[in-house]
Amino acid sequence: MNIYVLLKRTFDTEEKIDVSNGRIEDESAEFIINPYDEYAVEEAINQRDAHGGEVTVVTVGDEESEKQLRTALAMGADKAVLINTEDDLEDGDQYTTAKILHAFFAEKEADLILAGNVAIDEASGQVGPRLAEALGIPFVTTITSLKIEDNTVTIEKDVEGDVEIVETSLPLLVTCQQGLNEPRYPSLPGIMKAKKKPLEELEIDDLDLEEDDVEQKTKTIDIYLPPEKEAGRVLEGDVDEQVKELVSLLKNEKKVL
Amino acid sequence: MSEKIIVIGENRDGTLRNVTFEAVAAAKKINPDAEIVGVICGAEDLANQGQELIYYGADRVITIQHDNLKTYTSEGFGQAVLAAVNEESPDGIVMGHTSIGKDLTPKLAAKLDSGLVSDAVDIENEGDQPAFVRPIYSGKAFEKKIITDGLTFVTIRPNNIPPLERDESRSGDVIAKDVDVTDIRTIIKDVIRKASEGVDLSEANVIVAGGRGVKNADGFKPLYELADVLGGAVGASRGACDAEYCDYALQIGQTGKVVTPDLYIAVGISGAIQHLAGMSNSKVIVAINKDPEANIFNIADYGIVGDLFDIIPKLIEEIKSVK
Repeated sequence: MNIYVLLKRTFDTEEKIDVSNGRIEDESAEFIINPYDEYAVEEAINQRDAHGGEVTVVTVGDEESEKQLRTALAMGADKAVLINTEDDLEDGDQYTTAKILHAFFAEKEADLILAGNVAIDEASGQVGPRLAEALGIPFVTTITSLKIEDNTVTIEKDVEGDVEIVETSLPLLVTCQQGLNEPRYPSLPGIMKAKKKPLEELEIDDLDLEEDDVEQKTKTIDIYLPPEKEAGRVLEGDVDEQVKELVSLLKNEKKVL
Repeated sequence: MSEKIIVIGENRDGTLRNVTFEAVAAAKKINPDAEIVGVICGAEDLANQGQELIYYGADRVITIQHDNLKTYTSEGFGQAVLAAVNEESPDGIVMGHTSIGKDLTPKLAAKLDSGLVSDAVDIENEGDQPAFVRPIYSGKAFEKKIITDGLTFVTIRPNNIPPLERDESRSGDVIAKDVDVTDIRTIIKDVIRKASEGVDLSEANVIVAGGRGVKNADGFKPLYELADVLGGAVGASRGACDAEYCDYALQIGQTGKVVTPDLYIAVGISGAIQHLAGMSNSKVIVAINKDPEANIFNIADYGIVGDLFDIIPKLIEEIKSVK
């Protein structure tokens, strides 16, 4: 089976966010594989181990993303592709990324494409479904279970807490939700092997795309931090008094009861 | 010619979800003069829902009824909504950023070769065009986005843009449109209702969330009681989910749901940065924790230090007595 994973490099969830001049400060930040994409990598490896084939992880980004691709290779993916847009594109949106990936996948015969259901940075969740639509293949978002038997695919999908059982077929794109699996940590031998695994680097002209073809449709004009929340008031007295005061504050001062 | 904005409706158990009315209000914010055309899909008779959408500010509603629209699938709803969009050629499309909205809108955007701003919490004016405010990094920061080319296509986060007042004196056409919905490759075999008890997290006005301090699955029972009294929903921290006190569907945080209720009661939650990212934009935050040093107190409006199993039952009684 020809399995692909869409992967994004993101800020570590532990990171505090700093903003200067309407941009996110990322000089000193730690980066990780987007946590939802980790589920996708883990699932891809498990499906390959069960059904045979090959796992290729693909990212659109800059050369810094090589580190996260190597981590995915160390987890057990077979190949990696970095579509490096650093020199060609100043900016882009989900339209841009999906266009680039579409050009990349147009020539590939992917049986299964996995992605995270959302990236924890920009959190649009658009790229997976956009790509599936462009490729004309079905997609199922926020999956928590994936079973493939011959060409029949049975999926459990999280829908705001309910579970839908979905039946579909390959080729298919899915986006992964928490609960799907427990992503493994790369092992030491895995890390050693990853260094020798193929990592192909492409630019958009390798995909016969020009800058104009992928020009963004939306633009970020400002980034700012939310207003600082003032530290609260810890109530005093015995429990009964505290509870009484709390309810009174919620009812009369904040008017939320 | 004036602008036209389509609002894609969303229904559950035969009634429109509140976020659909919020989407109408959002469309009005984008352009107060625009004609607002609602589109509602389903397998049952949709005339009443169409009428309701008019009361909430739509000028005209298109209903699409088909057996293959009984349960949402991106392919079924995609075909139906696209037929309406192609016929109307709108300048904008607005939908709720719900499970269905997240699934359907990127597909439509790809089909329409359009941009899409997901998960807006506010709409401002930037010169002569709308600017959309949306949380990034799970609410650790906000960005302001504008559309630079093509359709004004946006999804809005539930609970942030208030709906217009319901006005029964409003009138408008509700017209059924025939669309043949075929060739669906993703079949919904079954739906296991887990969340049907109580209110959906993303739309809840009140959330009672439990963490590791709740100690076990049974410990969540008083939280459900409290949520019940408040007409709210129960959520959880990652710690509580990892410890299997509750389902991952309840998780609030950077991985998990991001929520902005009017009242968030954090019970036995220490307040890791990842959890705060998911809830710190709630309007009023109450923290109940036995550790006075817990980080959650730094962002809570009100805190009670103590044993939650002692405090919650008293809180339930007190709320009952004042309601």
